[in-house]
Amino acid sequence: MACQGLQKGETLESLKRESETLKKKLEEERNKLNDVELHQVAEKVEVLSALSIKTRRVLKGHGNKVLCMDWCKDKRRMVSSSQDGKVIVWDAFTLNKEHGVPLPCTWVLACAYAPLSGLDNKCSVIPLSLDKNENLAAKKKSVAMHTNYVSGCSFTNSDMQLLTSSGDGTCALWDVESGQLLQSFHGHTADVLSLDLAPSETGNTFVSGGCDMKANVWDMRSGQNIQSFESHESDINCVKYYPSGDAFASASDDATCRFYDLRADREVAVYQKDSIIFGASTCDFSLSGRLLFAGYNDYTINVWDVLKGTRATILFGHENRVSRVRVSPDGTALGSASWDSTLRVSWSFSTGSNYIFRFIKLLFWVNSRLVLEFTVAF
Amino acid sequence: HTVSPSLQGNAHRIHFLENFKVVLEMQDPATGVKLQPQRLVITTIPHAITGEDIVAWLADRFQIDAQEARSFGSMLVALGYIYPIQDHKRLVVKPDASLYRFQTPYFWPTQQWPVEDTDYAIYLAKRNIRKKGILELHEQEQYNRLHKWMNHKWDFIVMQAKEQYRAAKERKKPDRVVFDCQERAYWVVHRPPMIFTQQSIMRPRVKSSVSIGALVKYCATYKGHDPFLSKCLPSNPWLTDDVTYWALNMPNVEIPTKMRVERWTFSFGELLSDPRGRDDFRLFLKKEFSGENLAFWEGCEDLKWGTAATMKEKAEQIYKTFLARGAPRWINIDGKTMEITVKGLKHPHRYVLDAAQTHIYMLMKKDSYGRYLKSPVFKETMKKAVCPEEHKFSDSQLEQNARNRRPSLSPIIIRQQEQEQKAKMAASAPVDITQVMSKLSKQDFQINTYRHIFDIFGNACFKI
Repeated sequence: MACQGLQKGETLESLKRESETLKKKLEEERNKLNDVELHQVAEKVEVLSALSIKTRRVLKGHGNKVLCMDWCKDKRRMVSSSQDGKVIVWDAFTLNKEHGVPLPCTWVLACAYAPLSGLDNKCSVIPLSLDKNENLAAKKKSVAMHTNYVSGCSFTNSDMQLLTSSGDGTCALWDVESGQLLQSFHGHTADVLSLDLAPSETGNTFVSGGCDMKANVWDMRSGQNIQSFESHESDINCVKYYPSGDAFASASDDATCRFYDLRADREVAVYQKDSIIFGASTCDFSLSGRLLFAGYNDYTINVWDVLKGTRATILFGHENRVSRVRVSPDGTALGSASWDSTLRVSWSFSTGSNYIFRFIKLLFWVNSRLVLEFTVAF
Repeated sequence: HTVSPSLQGNAHRIHFLENFKVVLEMQDPATGVKLQPQRLVITTIPHAITGEDIVAWLADRFQIDAQEARSFGSMLVALGYIYPIQDHKRLVVKPDASLYRFQTPYFWPTQQWPVEDTDYAIYLAKRNIRKKGILELHEQEQYNRLHKWMNHKWDFIVMQAKEQYRAAKERKKPDRVVFDCQERAYWVVHRPPMIFTQQSIMRPRVKSSVSIGALVKYCATYKGHDPFLSKCLPSNPWLTDDVTYWALNMPNVEIPTKMRVERWTFSFGELLSDPRGRDDFRLFLKKEFSGENLAFWEGCEDLKWGTAATMKEKAEQIYKTFLARGAPRWINIDGKTMEITVKGLKHPHRYVLDAAQTHIYMLMKKDSYGRYLKSPVFKETMKKAVCPEEHKFSDSQLEQNARNRRPSLSPIIIRQQEQEQKAKMAASAPVDITQVMSKLSKQDFQINTYRHIFDIFGNACFKI
């Protein structure tokens, strides 16, 4: 059924032309205040001393692809969801599994410490309890209902409200207790794959990314789309705020990650390499915002120097796609989930003086070029 | 239904907790708003009301002035209980002969239906069938979007649309006109036109050198605190399997580390978001007798992010404690903000206190925060703060640490403890003053009496 209903004197062509003209005008306005590039300012910033990040914890227990993970506020516990239909709560420090919740839906796509959502169009909240015998799945409370799959979810500042993103192209804010829809957000023209809430001081906004290649910033109070960025060349799989709240990063199927400055209203960096040809599915910042960890479909995690735009290091270890990376709440470790059914925890070895000797040996073996940088720094 | 007097000194003002009760009263044939017929070329549609009659009725019913009545009326329109017949996209009450109609209860917000895209698609398709070219630009965009990816059920949608169109044709013309208006009004409320590129062009921007400069500065400021870039003291628990770092940095630890206290100096937001920092700040404000500002801000946060069921109750409590004339912890905000806030509180929603909260936040940030950093409270905390020695474990010690890894207290238990603490504080009702006074030494009597009364009364009045 073709589009009908053009107004007098308009053709599809003329409408399209008008839209293109407006978009060009928007780019012109954005460029007017563009007096410097990020890499220019970054030239004055000191080079990072060589990083050594190792993976030393492997959490085994899922029977199938791990699709999502998140950290608990206590900085050592994690929750993960898998295609095997289970959600597991781990103490990543001791490797103990603390809770296991079997779920009817096997594609549990997202979980935040407690809410989880998936391809059954619902998002549920599971209250955790200390009673090992309690049937947690029975206490599951359905909160969000979309008309298509739920791709992402996040609690707001308290755990009484839930924000969800969906394959139906909308995001929604829900009251957990009553399941009431508080606000819905319309503007994406395809599935929304990811969302992230702004850090609390900067107010009531969140960013979403989708299959329409757009990243949109929303006002939670009015439901309005306040900013939009369209520079990726394929689906945006993940969006994450910079810790100050004035910028955000995105990871896309076009094999790049990008960095957007919200106050200048434009993209300020593209993180890419000729040797990286597989899509990036996930990203997260280190505590200071200087490093961006990104997980790719070629099983690696690339660590980018956010300011200089170069790759600081690369992590190997997973044996299949990396579906999710998350820095722990106090910034001490990086958690990663993969289709290889494991979760891994990695941290920096280069900031512990005990390890200098081993560090030199390892670097020399991995990449002789890095040794040069390293010896200069020491 | 309970009605709560929330405005002191104005006993006959009523605070409504459920809008639809008002709307039912307004439709009473004897005492409601005057109804009149609407002429449409050759047809006459009954039961229309004018904007000026709505305003007059509300003003009389609630004994409020015309401006307030108009604002209340506009809220009823914005929510969808009443809809404008002529200027249907502007959801306000115009105090003139402009015509409005009561929305059928079927479409009331209190029904709390999930607003489905499928229904919207059917509605747009139906209008298209009735008259080609009638959809507006934003509706066309929506229609194309929905068509694109509801494609798999488009046959169903077209069938439903045709069914509804056929059923509508069988109604009498006046009923049909009314229903069309009602339906259109419902969708204007639930699917408003989206932002256009034009609005984006006009939004304010900052020079790149300024905003990028700030991003770079943030990295530099926090570099020493980033465990991937600098040492954790005494050591990163993941690296050495020793959890001292976590123990020293518990949320409500008595003595914080020097690094943690340093972070409080980076921004006001950092200070507030750290529970230990916020406690320190609260102590400082108590000594300056401006603790009500922080308490108010916390109340606003609780309202914004809290569960919908308790929202109205919380809003009332905040009004009684901080905003009403003569309130026990009255906050000092400018007249205009106070006016907007008090008006908004008659029909409270989650963000009703935004203006006041921002005002108080900026006040604390620009004034109290600076003074706090120079205060004896802060200096004392900084002096007592610990700076642990870096761990230097041998290989065998590291192996021992790895073997000694223990589980920690479950977050479930920690949360239970927090709930118990909160309940205890909330339950402490205003204390008998004589009990307090008898504890005080004679020398400190005068000064401490006032301080203690303020503390206890203040704390009991608003504890979250």
